[in-house]
Amino acid sequence: MSKTVAIIGGGIAGLETSIQLEKLGYDVTLYEKDKALGGHAGKWDRLFPNRRHATEVIDSLTSRIKDKVQINLAATVNQIKRENGSFLVEANGKSQKADAIVLTTGFELFPANKKEEYGYGIFENVITSAELESMFSSNGKPLMTNGNNPAKVAFIHCVGSRDEKVNRPYCSKVCCVTAVKQAIEVKEAIPTSDVYCFYMDLRMFGPGYEDLYKEAQVKGVNFIRGRLSETSEMEGGRVLIKAEDTLSSKPLKMTVDMVVLMVGMSPLPSTEKLLKDLEITPNNDGFVQVKDYHLEPTHTEADGVFVAGACTGPNNITDSVNAAHTAALEVHKYLTSE
Amino acid sequence: MNLHAVQIPFHPFVLPFTIGLIFLVFYIVGKWIYWVSQFSWEDKKKIIRGFFSLKTPQAIWEVFMESLLHRKVFRRNALLGYMHMSLAFGWFLLIVFGNLETRFFTHGRINPPYIPIFFEFFEHDLTSLDYGRFFTFTMDLLLLFVLSGVGLAYFKRFRSKPLGMKNTTKHSTIDRLALTALWLIFPLRLLAESVTAGLYDAGGFITNSIGTFMMTFLPIQHFYYPSWWAYSIALGAFFVFIPFTRYMHIPTEILLIFLRKYGIVEKAIHSTYTQVELSSCSRCGICIDACQLGSDLGIVSTQSTYLIKSIRYDQPTEKLIDSCMACTRCDQLCPVGIDIASIRANERKMIQLFQENSYKYINGYEYKKAKVAYFAGCMGHLTPSVYKATLALFKKAGVDYNFIDRDGSICCGRPLQLAGQEDAAKQLIEKNIKLIENCGATVLVTSCPICAKVFTDSYKLKIPIYHHSQYLLMLAKEKKLKFEKSDLQITYHDPCELGRGLGVYDEPRELLGMAGKLIESANSRENSLCCGGSLGITNISHEQRNTIASITLSELAADKADVVATACPLCKKTFKSASENVRIADISEIMLDAVQENANKIQSEFVQEKEIETIHN
Repeated sequence: MSKTVAIIGGGIAGLETSIQLEKLGYDVTLYEKDKALGGHAGKWDRLFPNRRHATEVIDSLTSRIKDKVQINLAATVNQIKRENGSFLVEANGKSQKADAIVLTTGFELFPANKKEEYGYGIFENVITSAELESMFSSNGKPLMTNGNNPAKVAFIHCVGSRDEKVNRPYCSKVCCVTAVKQAIEVKEAIPTSDVYCFYMDLRMFGPGYEDLYKEAQVKGVNFIRGRLSETSEMEGGRVLIKAEDTLSSKPLKMTVDMVVLMVGMSPLPSTEKLLKDLEITPNNDGFVQVKDYHLEPTHTEADGVFVAGACTGPNNITDSVNAAHTAALEVHKYLTSE
Repeated sequence: MNLHAVQIPFHPFVLPFTIGLIFLVFYIVGKWIYWVSQFSWEDKKKIIRGFFSLKTPQAIWEVFMESLLHRKVFRRNALLGYMHMSLAFGWFLLIVFGNLETRFFTHGRINPPYIPIFFEFFEHDLTSLDYGRFFTFTMDLLLLFVLSGVGLAYFKRFRSKPLGMKNTTKHSTIDRLALTALWLIFPLRLLAESVTAGLYDAGGFITNSIGTFMMTFLPIQHFYYPSWWAYSIALGAFFVFIPFTRYMHIPTEILLIFLRKYGIVEKAIHSTYTQVELSSCSRCGICIDACQLGSDLGIVSTQSTYLIKSIRYDQPTEKLIDSCMACTRCDQLCPVGIDIASIRANERKMIQLFQENSYKYINGYEYKKAKVAYFAGCMGHLTPSVYKATLALFKKAGVDYNFIDRDGSICCGRPLQLAGQEDAAKQLIEKNIKLIENCGATVLVTSCPICAKVFTDSYKLKIPIYHHSQYLLMLAKEKKLKFEKSDLQITYHDPCELGRGLGVYDEPRELLGMAGKLIESANSRENSLCCGGSLGITNISHEQRNTIASITLSELAADKADVVATACPLCKKTFKSASENVRIADISEIMLDAVQENANKIQSEFVQEKEIETIHN
């Protein structure tokens, strides 16, 4: 009888792990709390650095899943219990046995209303980077609430990242390049628009990222080094932003039509409960603590519990896919060594 | 020996006590005269005027209630109150009855102080005395009363929790020595009196029975002189220790009560009154448990008692001065009523980091002309939902207001004040006063209790100043605003600057009561906890602030309520940072939800404000 692996979370990491484990001959139970697979990436319009459509990636992954993967959609895992060397995974009132667990629960976007001074949820034309992606998906361009094209758009980097005041002292890695990508997209969709990026540092760490940054500059995106201090609403739903241009050491006021908050990656609160069940302590930032950051990045302290993707901390798609491969192989080693 | 004789009896063992007492009396009288002489002429006039007024009997009453009965300590914990009362009031009664007893016995003659103290030594047989049995019984009963307090004090050293104290003060060596002397006094008195009672078959129900019992197996005749000597030495030593230890609080607190009654207060810098306050601190340690740095963060070495001690004897360290959130909870709970906040504020003023022209560059602000001037302040601007809701309510009430600092403002100066930067704060305050006066307002309303505090205390404006919770309540009472009460369960957090700072406790509650059902938490009003966001402290991390905020939220019974209401933008921000799933809202937001006929609630609030110019970069 073949062994069963439970995978919690059907985003990039969860899908890739499922594919690999199925190939290795295991039965896979994949749990996804949403009604569709794909996680956050599934809701994205286009991906950095080459701006391909996110659906391409998700479709490729889902098409490679075969019938040995039992997919449970809208299935929230409430509890994981250990029983005689295996696990009992309870979702939506139904329990299923599993011989190993892979946590691919991912992250949540930083709740932007925690930075109240940025006016999210208070001022109508303050949106998040995820909402901008939806606008691109549905309209191909950003629109103000009154239906007009924004003539001036400000991207605010590091919202809920590198910010002790909201308990998120770590860098979310991917928002810098996302902002650069989105800035270019706004510029392309509305060529007359003025686009500003308010940043602390630009962390262009991946292949092609730096090129994208250069492209943005060539296309006329303005980069201002300085964090936003506050926003207020002006006539016509425009937004007044106050910041400091730290390169010229001058305070700055600007009225824009739209503010896009580059929300960071935060630990998913529902993962915390599962970690308690499995006796795994979260790391300092609240993400899943891996066993050895360098050598065993997909192991956890708990025997038989593996991990991949952004539930271990901010990740891009490539990182998640790599981790998923490793996790699948480690699960295989674990289940064959018994 | 016969006390009826004209000659006053004497024995050398009374010398340690007598010398100690003489030293103490001279010291205290000298110190009091010195202190009073050092007061400014203004304060001296207050003392003289107060002395011949009703304030004197009031002060005597307070001395009785606080220094002897320890009413405030009782309120905190009954057992702790009893401990203090039995020691202070019990000892006092022993002295009073001891004197009465000897007066009776010597037919009204005035005796040297050692006679009533060591009466049992000089007179064994009291049967011939009028009411002799009454006196021996009473004196034994009082001794038992005091000893029960001493027993509790011993117990408290090992386990302080039953006495309502998680942390007790760490004392210095000399304080411990004095404590030892104090702890020995009454057990030694019991021993000396019991030995005497045993030998002469005298004494009351306790001393006699103990003495008789001891006689059955101990050669107590050998204990007779040593026990009286020991008792006298313990007393004398304690008296000599008093001026150099925390026990100086016993005489000084009495003076402090009188001075306070006469209207003397802390000044902008340390004064003679400060000296009196410093010496009045008993280092009881109640401020340690009151402090959230201790209870929430485990910092238990920087509380007010340690600061006061350090100012009294030497130079306090920077850490000691800075480690305080200025929440003033300890002020509220201090049984002696020391103005700790002012002492700490003055201590912080010693280092001025700014220069006369530090804020010269600030120019170009102009506040909008207004009758009802609304001032959001810096913190208000960081919580736009607060001013948005407040102004929406103003509009519904038809208030002719203007948002005077809409396009920016000068800081009110309070954060600098809290940091002790008085000179710099003054520069900002002066500039801001001009701007506010120039806007022509007849009423000033602010959403920020921090601003409201400094406006009230330091601005000396001729117009009334309200926090928005007060002003909204006024509008409700004038029927300009009507609210619909719902089942919403609200727990209200008293902001430090609004509650303890300005005494505004009732208005926010009355207002919230019109919107829903208020749940009171254990620590509310005067005892309310700080949110952790305090501007008064700069040496704790955000993580530590979050810890405090989380604990405060749980104390607020946040789990039972639908919403945690506060009236301070800073509290709101701090709570929001620490909590993931509790709804935190300003009082104005809750009231806006509850206001009647608010179909198109907040939307297009600012579109109508035509006077606002668009600012271009």
